Amino acid sequence: MEFFRIHKDIPFMRHALVFNVISALTFVAAVFFLVHKGLHLSIEFTGGTQMEVKYPQAANLEGVRNTLRSLGYEHPEATGFDTARDVMIKLPTAPGASASDTSRKVFEALCKAEQGSTKQFDTVTPKGEHVAKLGCVDAKGAESVQLQKYDFVGPQVGEELTQNGLNALLMVVVGVMIYLAVRFEWKFALAAIIANLHDVVIILGFFAFFQWEFSLTVLAAVLAVLGYSVNESVVIFDRIRENFRKQRKMTVHEVIDNAITSTISRTIITHGCTQMMVLSMLLLGGPTLHHFAIALTIGICFGIYSSVFVAAAVAMWLGVKREDLIKPIKEKDETDGAVV
Amino acid sequence: MNRYPVWKYIVIVVVVLLGALYTAPNYFGESPALQITSGKSTVKVTRAVASEVEAVLKRENIPNEGVTLDEGASHSVRARFASPDDQFKARLALEKGLNADPSDPTYIVTVNLMPNTPQWMQNVRALPMYLGLDLRGGVHFLMQVDTKAALNKRVQGYQAAVRSQLRDKNVRHAGIERSGDSIIVKFRDDATRQAARKALADMTDLQLADSTDGADLKLVASMKPAALKDTLDNGVKQNISTLSKRVNELGVAEPIIQQQGPDRIVVQLPGVQDVARAKSIIGRTATLEVRLVDETVTPGTELSAAIPFNSELFTVGKAVPVVLSKDVILTGDYIASATATFDENQQPAVSLDLNGDGGRKMREATRGNVGKRMAIVLFEKGKPEVLSVATIQEELGSRFRITGMGSIENSTELALLLRAGALYAPMDFLEERTIGPQLGAENISKGLHSTMYGFAAIAVFMILYYMMFGFFSVLALAVNLLLLLALLSLMQITLTLPGIAAIALALGMAIDANVLINERVREELRSGASAQASISAGFDRAWATILDSNVTTLIVGLALLVFGSGPVRGFAVVHCLGILTSMFSAVFVSRGVVNLWYGRKKKLQTLSIGTVWVPGQSK
Repeated sequence: MEFFRIHKDIPFMRHALVFNVISALTFVAAVFFLVHKGLHLSIEFTGGTQMEVKYPQAANLEGVRNTLRSLGYEHPEATGFDTARDVMIKLPTAPGASASDTSRKVFEALCKAEQGSTKQFDTVTPKGEHVAKLGCVDAKGAESVQLQKYDFVGPQVGEELTQNGLNALLMVVVGVMIYLAVRFEWKFALAAIIANLHDVVIILGFFAFFQWEFSLTVLAAVLAVLGYSVNESVVIFDRIRENFRKQRKMTVHEVIDNAITSTISRTIITHGCTQMMVLSMLLLGGPTLHHFAIALTIGICFGIYSSVFVAAAVAMWLGVKREDLIKPIKEKDETDGAVV
Repeated sequence: MNRYPVWKYIVIVVVVLLGALYTAPNYFGESPALQITSGKSTVKVTRAVASEVEAVLKRENIPNEGVTLDEGASHSVRARFASPDDQFKARLALEKGLNADPSDPTYIVTVNLMPNTPQWMQNVRALPMYLGLDLRGGVHFLMQVDTKAALNKRVQGYQAAVRSQLRDKNVRHAGIERSGDSIIVKFRDDATRQAARKALADMTDLQLADSTDGADLKLVASMKPAALKDTLDNGVKQNISTLSKRVNELGVAEPIIQQQGPDRIVVQLPGVQDVARAKSIIGRTATLEVRLVDETVTPGTELSAAIPFNSELFTVGKAVPVVLSKDVILTGDYIASATATFDENQQPAVSLDLNGDGGRKMREATRGNVGKRMAIVLFEKGKPEVLSVATIQEELGSRFRITGMGSIENSTELALLLRAGALYAPMDFLEERTIGPQLGAENISKGLHSTMYGFAAIAVFMILYYMMFGFFSVLALAVNLLLLLALLSLMQITLTLPGIAAIALALGMAIDANVLINERVREELRSGASAQASISAGFDRAWATILDSNVTTLIVGLALLVFGSGPVRGFAVVHCLGILTSMFSAVFVSRGVVNLWYGRKKKLQTLSIGTVWVPGQSK
């Protein structure tokens, strides 16, 4: 099989301006949504309480909200996720109330609403594992509402996480730039970072626009995408450098076009493979990995776009020249006359 | 040109075999077990307990599959059983056999699961992967130690110590006050100040500075930076050791109690669902009390004699039975520090520092009671335990020593108990998480399935598209997965759901190296190079690119590792390891397989790498 039967180099750089304008517009739109709508941050960042409960039948969300209101929470958030039986409850940090009180109080209220009563379970499973928990049983003794997950995060942790996230981003940007500047040239380093930060902002823009929950896991995905799409630009830069060495008659335009064209099949295949993995996570990974996979998917798509259309173009605008890249190679100096 | 020397093949084979060995423990499953932990701060779980457990099981005729002493994080004895039935019987037998008084158990027997890894594998540290809470269920707490309170307590202690020291040495000062974290002593003349300086010289943790404020001469004593750091570190360490003891009581198989950052403690209890109980045990307050021994009861007759109205009988602990007065001289709150030291005769002793009013109270209580005995009692869960009974030799102040400890072991243990009985500094719960075991099991299967199907999809595509070379790539990818799992098991890195996602992503990204190589080889063929030359050039040219792209990805991984916490860290560790294993497998292993397959064929004409399309040809 061969998907890519390309006869001539595709003149990517002829349309560089158009692509850059498209990028700029998407970028501005993303920034607009980020500023206007903001990110829907998970409780890891904001602090608060989050509970996941499972009902034996389809859950009555309005009923759950009413129960929470009766406990004195003004705007309780109760949403369904995964299956209709699962409910995610989010509560702001109540000043003064201790964390375990909240979980117990809410669970008891939910249990009562189901005409059940709380009961301390202390059993050993047939496998020999010890289970001791607070459960809820109905009149017939069957377990009704189940507490699946409970998270409480204090407010001071969130600020630190935000700070650490920004630090990580900064370290990535600086580290990658230094490496590329040493290995290639500062113009490439700058071009790669611009192209890839543009990806990051666009992913964040998507999260702001759709108000998807932005959690720590998503942050990890966003940074992984940053590395991944830098990697993409590196492959193309590598080829540009090689072309500069081999093809002495080509113009900078042609060199870049040729580099992109000859790596395009690898670009598409690699990303296709990674995307297969990510798709499999998106479909089978459940709610925890859902947004992680979404962030990766957007990141991969825009990663291709930005390294093919943006990174090289930016490097070109910055005025990359043959001498920038092949100066250190001494033995080729005698033939290295032509400058275009 | 495409041959590997024999040693390279040996390296590949050895690495793959090691990978298989360290991945293997993950397939053995778990069997029912019992865990025996100490129920009291004063009781240690030792080899003797293990043999006692064996004896009880033998006496009751319950077959077991080995009794082991675990001296790691959870000091415990573990016994494995073939069936839950035996486990149940053994639990009853051990609870009765080990504990004389069932209402106040010395040892706690809890039901658990233990991995079935064969002994010889355990000996080479081949263990199953350590699953995070989101995969096995359990509770997680992040606690903030109030170091300010700890420091406050310490400075108070110094203030009292300075006061008593000056009084003992007869140095007349014009008042001692506290300002921030330093203690200011005022003097009327410089000679007294110099005398005070000399008197305080043996308090090595303090640094002294002269200052004047108008007519007042002052001596400012503040803690040396090293002592300050020690105080904070010890505060956190002491809280951790106290927590470890308490957590033991929950009988958790693999609890984690770790310091995070300068003043935070993470507690993770896999398998525990009962948050309320866990919290009550963790946050429990133990109290120490110092009381006088009631000398009206003749020693030796405590059990039979009538106990005076204002006294009570204690029967648990050291030097018991003993009758103590109900009046409390002071409580553990006044103890600023307790360390194991030596007395003038180089005999083991415990040196105590009291803070606040502690010194005054001690002085008042001991002044008239020289020659009498005094006891220190630890109250935990409302049950008293006598830690030490000592004779008062002289009037005691805010610094005194308990001597006659017998051995160094005794003195260190008493010092530890005096400190660890209570939390050194109060703690706040910053984070609290509970994950149900069912959700954990679901997360494992979801993570596993998505990785498996993703891998299968990539494998099918690669083989269809690159034929034989695709197969080699998939083989390299499989080796990559094997090595990654082996490393995770060997290093006992906590695997979380984001970690599984990182494994999947690492595989998805690792294939990039092989695609690069295969595309390069095709390109060489397209430009008319011979089959062998194409392989060689393809691998060599692709290497530089692979290195560059992996280094940039590694930078990201490291950044996440340095700044990440929780799920991000779990992701980052696997991500970094995945990059390292993928470099090895994609370049070294896949080249090895290609060399093995094609290297010896001298007249090789075509490579099975799918269609090599050349512009201008019809096909």
